Amino acid sequence: MSDASLNIRDLARRWRPPPLIASPRLRWALGLGAALYFAAAIGTLEVNWLRIYEGLDRGWAFVIAFTEPDFVSRWTDIREGLIESLVMTVTSTVIGIVISVPIGLGAARNIAPLPVYLLCRGIIAVSRSLQEIIIAIFFVAIFGFGPLAGVLTLSFATIGFLSKLLAEDIEDIDKGQAEAVRATGARWLQFMNYGIQPQVMPRLIGLSLYRLDINFRESAVVGLVGAGGIGATLNTAFDRYEFDTAAAIIITIIGIVMIAEYASGLIRARVQ
Amino acid sequence: MVQPLDGAAGPDGMLHLEGLVKQYKTGDKALKGVDLEVPRGQVLALIGPSGAGKSTLIRCINRLVEPSSGRMMLGGEDIVRLGAGGLRRARRRMGMIFQEYALVERLTVMENVLSGQLGYVGFWRSYFRRFPPAAVEEAFRLLQRVGLEQFYDKRADELSGGQRQRVGIARALIQDPDLLLVDEPTASLDPKTSRQIMRLICELCAERQLAAIINIHDVALAQMFVQRIVGLRLGEVVYDGTPDGLTPEVLTEIYGEEDWAATRDREADEARAAQVLTEEERLAAM
Repeated sequence: MSDASLNIRDLARRWRPPPLIASPRLRWALGLGAALYFAAAIGTLEVNWLRIYEGLDRGWAFVIAFTEPDFVSRWTDIREGLIESLVMTVTSTVIGIVISVPIGLGAARNIAPLPVYLLCRGIIAVSRSLQEIIIAIFFVAIFGFGPLAGVLTLSFATIGFLSKLLAEDIEDIDKGQAEAVRATGARWLQFMNYGIQPQVMPRLIGLSLYRLDINFRESAVVGLVGAGGIGATLNTAFDRYEFDTAAAIIITIIGIVMIAEYASGLIRARVQ
Repeated sequence: MVQPLDGAAGPDGMLHLEGLVKQYKTGDKALKGVDLEVPRGQVLALIGPSGAGKSTLIRCINRLVEPSSGRMMLGGEDIVRLGAGGLRRARRRMGMIFQEYALVERLTVMENVLSGQLGYVGFWRSYFRRFPPAAVEEAFRLLQRVGLEQFYDKRADELSGGQRQRVGIARALIQDPDLLLVDEPTASLDPKTSRQIMRLICELCAERQLAAIINIHDVALAQMFVQRIVGLRLGEVVYDGTPDGLTPEVLTEIYGEEDWAATRDREADEARAAQVLTEEERLAAM
């Protein structure tokens, strides 16, 4: 009896939480390896300090330009670019959602048969593995410069994002609610409408709004490779070294993204 | 051991299970050839330890879980062999009530009750919530019967547990079923609400001449309300008889002496039953 209690006291004194990696040798080897690799990686970076020093001037000029952004001299271009970007954003988000919903349903393992699931997951994987810029270059090469390439790019990217997250939300639903609807003798579409939709709708709305402001930001990026929108205007401004105009454009983008963020936050809070 | 019951079996047996087997993909046999006959209007309690296959059994009957083999006759039709359309029609005749209520939480009470009509209306009607007026009227009547008529526009997740279960009962009844499949209706409720819910289910079955299979953990509660008890152990029926026949020996046979978890379950049941009784006495004294 006293033997056991002694043992317990001993155990209690020595108790420590188990380490993440059980073998001490492996633990130290991994730590040391990571440190060495990091040091070697730093060593191979060729840092051109002179270039950095010269660049600082340009950087400073840019910072100065921010203090006096020029909205006026290129206002027509900025306005056109913005309108084009907003049109691209809304169009591509709507197209993206319309295509994403069926793909999302198909990519949810708990409601889709295996072949459909694999096909839809495949589409999602392709959409997600290609970065927007690459797709934009591809579409610009096919359809030429302009917003059409941008809209297609953003729609394509939206599919990967929205279908994946929608599918995952469907896989997370409360099975009981869905089962209860199935037990009433509901058809498949009724099952979707009563058993699934109420459970995932708030998230779908939230994700769509979130994607809307991602698409606006991306519309500025894909413009840089010729897919239209405010990005094209921004690119032109940089090419002409008109940093004050560039600053005006960037400030406008920040403003719009913040408004969109705030508005979508308000809406998301209300649909819970 | 199996005692004959008045009205049990016979030609008017409405639900008839024969050699029902469910084997999961993992190889576990949840049901090892269950035979069961449920006559019209009989309320039956299915007891047994966790993992005995109670839940699997009632989910096999409406094929939320696909049985591996066996026959299930419901009013002269083998449910096992039905195609998609036939299964939907058969499901309309079997109302289901769940442990965690399984209401669609973001829909209103009324929408939840009316969802029991889904098997009877087309997609667009249900999509726009344009249910036949008679069905809506019946839904209000049922809500009144379960005492929730003023809650019809509340969202289901605003209700308490007992209220949710009442909505669940109304949803099952608006299907106009012949049979209720009831899965642990009281497991998430306090003892007093448990008794109220059990009483409500049994009263409604009597009013409408409904048969019911009620999975229940609480043996004492089952004994209070039903005419027939079926004990399931490891996927086999080991007792089928009246509530009075549940001697300690029989309970040991159902729950297993060496199965400590299950035996503790029984002790918990008894403790809970005692609690219910004191609750009753307290109420009686008031």
